[in-house]
Amino acid sequence: MIVAVTGVILVLFVIGHLLGNLQIFLGPGWINGYAQHLRDLGPLLWLVRIILIISVLLHICFTILLALENRRARPQPYVQRHYAKASYASRHMVVSGFVVLAFIVFHLLHFTGHRFDPHFPLLKNDPLNHYDVYSMMVYGFQNVYVSAFYIIGLFLLTLHLTHGTASFFQSLGLNDKNFTPRLASGARVFAWLVFAGYTSIPVAVLLGLVRPAQQL
Amino acid sequence: MNFRLRVWRQENRETEGRLVEYEARDISPDTSFLEMLDIVNDELTERGELPIAFDSDCREGICGTCSLTINGEAHGPRHPGAACQVYMRDFRDGETITIEPFRVGSFPLVRDLVVDRSALDRIVQAGGFISARAGSAPEANSILVPKHNADRAMEAAACIGCGACAAACPNASAMLFTSAKISHLAFLPQGDPERTTRVLRMVRRMDAEGFGNCTNIYECEAVCPAEISASLIAKLNREYARASWRERFGE
Repeated sequence: MIVAVTGVILVLFVIGHLLGNLQIFLGPGWINGYAQHLRDLGPLLWLVRIILIISVLLHICFTILLALENRRARPQPYVQRHYAKASYASRHMVVSGFVVLAFIVFHLLHFTGHRFDPHFPLLKNDPLNHYDVYSMMVYGFQNVYVSAFYIIGLFLLTLHLTHGTASFFQSLGLNDKNFTPRLASGARVFAWLVFAGYTSIPVAVLLGLVRPAQQL
Repeated sequence: MNFRLRVWRQENRETEGRLVEYEARDISPDTSFLEMLDIVNDELTERGELPIAFDSDCREGICGTCSLTINGEAHGPRHPGAACQVYMRDFRDGETITIEPFRVGSFPLVRDLVVDRSALDRIVQAGGFISARAGSAPEANSILVPKHNADRAMEAAACIGCGACAAACPNASAMLFTSAKISHLAFLPQGDPERTTRVLRMVRRMDAEGFGNCTNIYECEAVCPAEISASLIAKLNREYARASWRERFGE
């Protein structure tokens, strides 16, 4: 229940964050202005951040508790195991979750904390005196290793979401026999759209389709 | 047909169990899986060895007594159907077949392939019934049941309580079983008076028995011999949420 509710909050964030990021394709003015608006929210931004941090912590704590209970519920494992239906994603939620967590930590240090990249401290503000998020993203993703880690992180997030987005409907009781298959395919389509949306940015940068707004 | 069997042998709960290999020779393809075990047991008995202990009763897929995990799947490769509905023609000649008990912490092992599933009985005893004065049957049309509800209740009532759902669940959760028992009565007017207390008591009993938690993997419905749909677990979640609110606000 708590895992499902916090999951909904985090999925909503994933959608909002994606829509924000995709503004990179509309040019530096859009995304830099958007980032400035977010920062101008001040205490409201911190409220959202605190809700997200609490959601992440609750999501993790409760799933770990559940996973430990589940392990205790079968003290003697099967010697041979064959699954008739269970998907790979649904059986590896804890693993994919931890990789996504590691990815989020790196991601926050990288783009919010401005670590790991020698270009970031050199960036000047754009003509409207907003922080040049656009160029920061481009310089960040021009590093092949960074982009590769992003794509791996997003792949595991996608795996996590193919099960998770269908799963919270079931946990909250919002499901019936006819809805189940539609929910499963809907979750798969949603998760892969998220993957395509997010990875389009590093891919476009690596292909040289998006170039920095300022030269360093 | 000939088969190589790897069978879980364990004297009792306290001793260590292990897989022991046996040969099953000259088996007709139309032999049922349990009959094949009977043939192997006859040979073991003739050799003066202890036969393999396994559960079975009706052998026609309706009682829910048989409880084998065959090649890593509860009730074997043929779904939907109980282990007694599996025939040797479902396997390749010369195949190695692994047979294990239902492995759930809440189903303590009795011997070899036999486990004690009385945890499921205790969940039903916690609320899977209606309190009615028994006597002569009431007039059939005095309580009206919409056709849709009668059908859904009947689908849920098909559960034979074999425990394959918990055995197949990667989390050893008994949610499919419990959801079937709760839904069966929740769809009917006769179940309505105890609707709130029933779901709370049964779910709490289920947790107290030490079953795992449902993470919506749906392996349960794939192996269920009665084709109980995992969407009943969503029904259980709705019922539980409703009952928790009513309890919270003193209704």
